[in-house]
Amino acid sequence: MTPLLELKGLHVGIPARRKTFEIVSDVSFSIMPGEAFGLVGESGSGKSLTALSLIRLLKSPLKVTAGEILFKGDDLRGLSDRAMRKLRGERIAMIFQEPMTALNPLKTVGRQIAEMFVLHQGKSWAEALKMAVDALADVKVPAPEERVRAYPFQMSGGMRQRVMIAIALACDPDLLIADEPTTALDVTVQDEVLKLIAELCSARGTAVLLISHDLGVIANMCQRVGVMYSGRLVEERDTYDVFADPQHPYTKGLLGALPRLGSRHGAAGRQRLVDIDSLITDKSSLLEKFYFEPRHAVRDPRLRAGGPP
Amino acid sequence: MKDSVANPILDIRDLHVHFPVGGQFLSRSKRTLHAVSGVNLALAEGECLSIVGESGCGKSTTALAVMGLQEPTSGEILFEGNSIIGENAPDRMARARIAQMVFQDPYASLNPRQTVYRSLAAPLRLHGTSAKSEIEDRVADILKKVDLRPEHATRFPHEFSGGQRQRIGIARALILDPRILMLDEPVSALDVSVRAQIINLLLDLQEDMSLSFVMISHDLGVVEHMSDRVAVMYFGQIVELGPWNAIFANPTHPYTRKLIATIPDPDTVLHPDRAVAVGKYVAPPAGYRFHPQSVNRPDVYAAPEASQLVEIGPGHVVRCQPD
Repeated sequence: MTPLLELKGLHVGIPARRKTFEIVSDVSFSIMPGEAFGLVGESGSGKSLTALSLIRLLKSPLKVTAGEILFKGDDLRGLSDRAMRKLRGERIAMIFQEPMTALNPLKTVGRQIAEMFVLHQGKSWAEALKMAVDALADVKVPAPEERVRAYPFQMSGGMRQRVMIAIALACDPDLLIADEPTTALDVTVQDEVLKLIAELCSARGTAVLLISHDLGVIANMCQRVGVMYSGRLVEERDTYDVFADPQHPYTKGLLGALPRLGSRHGAAGRQRLVDIDSLITDKSSLLEKFYFEPRHAVRDPRLRAGGPP
Repeated sequence: MKDSVANPILDIRDLHVHFPVGGQFLSRSKRTLHAVSGVNLALAEGECLSIVGESGCGKSTTALAVMGLQEPTSGEILFEGNSIIGENAPDRMARARIAQMVFQDPYASLNPRQTVYRSLAAPLRLHGTSAKSEIEDRVADILKKVDLRPEHATRFPHEFSGGQRQRIGIARALILDPRILMLDEPVSALDVSVRAQIINLLLDLQEDMSLSFVMISHDLGVVEHMSDRVAVMYFGQIVELGPWNAIFANPTHPYTRKLIATIPDPDTVLHPDRAVAVGKYVAPPAGYRFHPQSVNRPDVYAAPEASQLVEIGPGHVVRCQPD
């Protein structure tokens, strides 16, 4: 089976006069149709930029400087802006962390969902608004006939994120990119929203690229996971393997730094967590085998020159 | 029911905090929001007591009442047996040496126009330390305690990373040598690796300085890792309270069970059986029932239904309704 999405040696950076400041280096992975793939990493590891570069939403001066982005075998980098706009929303959809900033505060949620049917499927507004009611019912918003006329500010965070999901899945995309979709939500609401995404996507055969800093969320949602550190993909394997037997020292450190449920049972006293930065002691031996170096010292030329300007 | 702790350093008794809502100019419909309804909590010296619950459950209001930043509607708060609210309360200067707070967002809680040194020295001066050399020594000392360097004192908050700022927030809270630290979501704004460092620091400080912690958090992984006892709050009431191992090994109230069952934890991938065990129904003690059996959202504008905390294990109580 050919992968739905294939990334080959993706580089993202800021081109400057003499050299390019690289932010994402040599990231390659693939997502099969219907598969849920997770990208996990800390802030600044490049996971969001990787996702944004897929659908050409990088803001200037950031640019994809090298690599191939194959979607169903076609290189997305060669696509015209017009073709890309058609693809976005229709074949690849994205949901963001903060639904309040992603939704238009001046339009009813029904109108914002209906817009998808009007723009991408050529429906009339009357028809599209009827479809929006069904779309809201699909994401389990109670009383969809009334809520379709609500404005985003009249809804709770969990409900707004459901509306975002309804918009994203309106045109039955092949791939859903979810960038920290539940970080702003309470634990119990987070659970409901994640279950909803998993349920809808597996029912429709939509592949998911889930980006999160939360290893727990990734573990529960994804079949495969890529761990990003300092702009590179340092480990990419089946989820079970990553958690049962992490290979890269950073992944090991990340799991050790996580206060995990049940880790204190049977232990005497309160244990200390792993300090990832202190793991980088013997640099040379680690560098030979793995890419693992202090995250800012090497990559940020300003810091190397001695402090921020 | 009073929280049974021998010689508590802090004792919260039947705390109620109500807010009038909607009573604006010319509007008649004034309602009362019951933010905290009858909370009894005691903090033993040197322990870490965590309060968990969803946003809006009253956990921060409880902390603010202890800090004197929120006037309670009724109830008592005792520090070492003496009331710290109401008429005979000590003044703000004395209160500042009892309890200090560490906030979630360290950048918002530091003055951006003051150097770290000025932020740390101001409370010392206000509390009567006037010798410059002594102030300098104590600032350097406290920075060392939170693993920062003395030369960091001359910098401004924006020059630090999130983790370093939280260290400064902790240093600011500790500079007056308080007995109690109120930690309001101390690590939820931080990345995994930095979070681990701050958790380790807090545990070290607690042991070195014999501090007592009240921690507010919604991250149950952190709570399990740090706490001696855990109180679960739901709509202004404590629904379950007990030693950390009892709460996590034997969660009983439907809300606690729901909370624990919904934590995204990587170990559920490795041990799928555990999530199932938490999902199982546990019957309340004989003669009692749980009110929100299916965890419905109660009305915050009405006083909660009569209920009581029933002991189901040593120090482990759960809120039930008499049948």
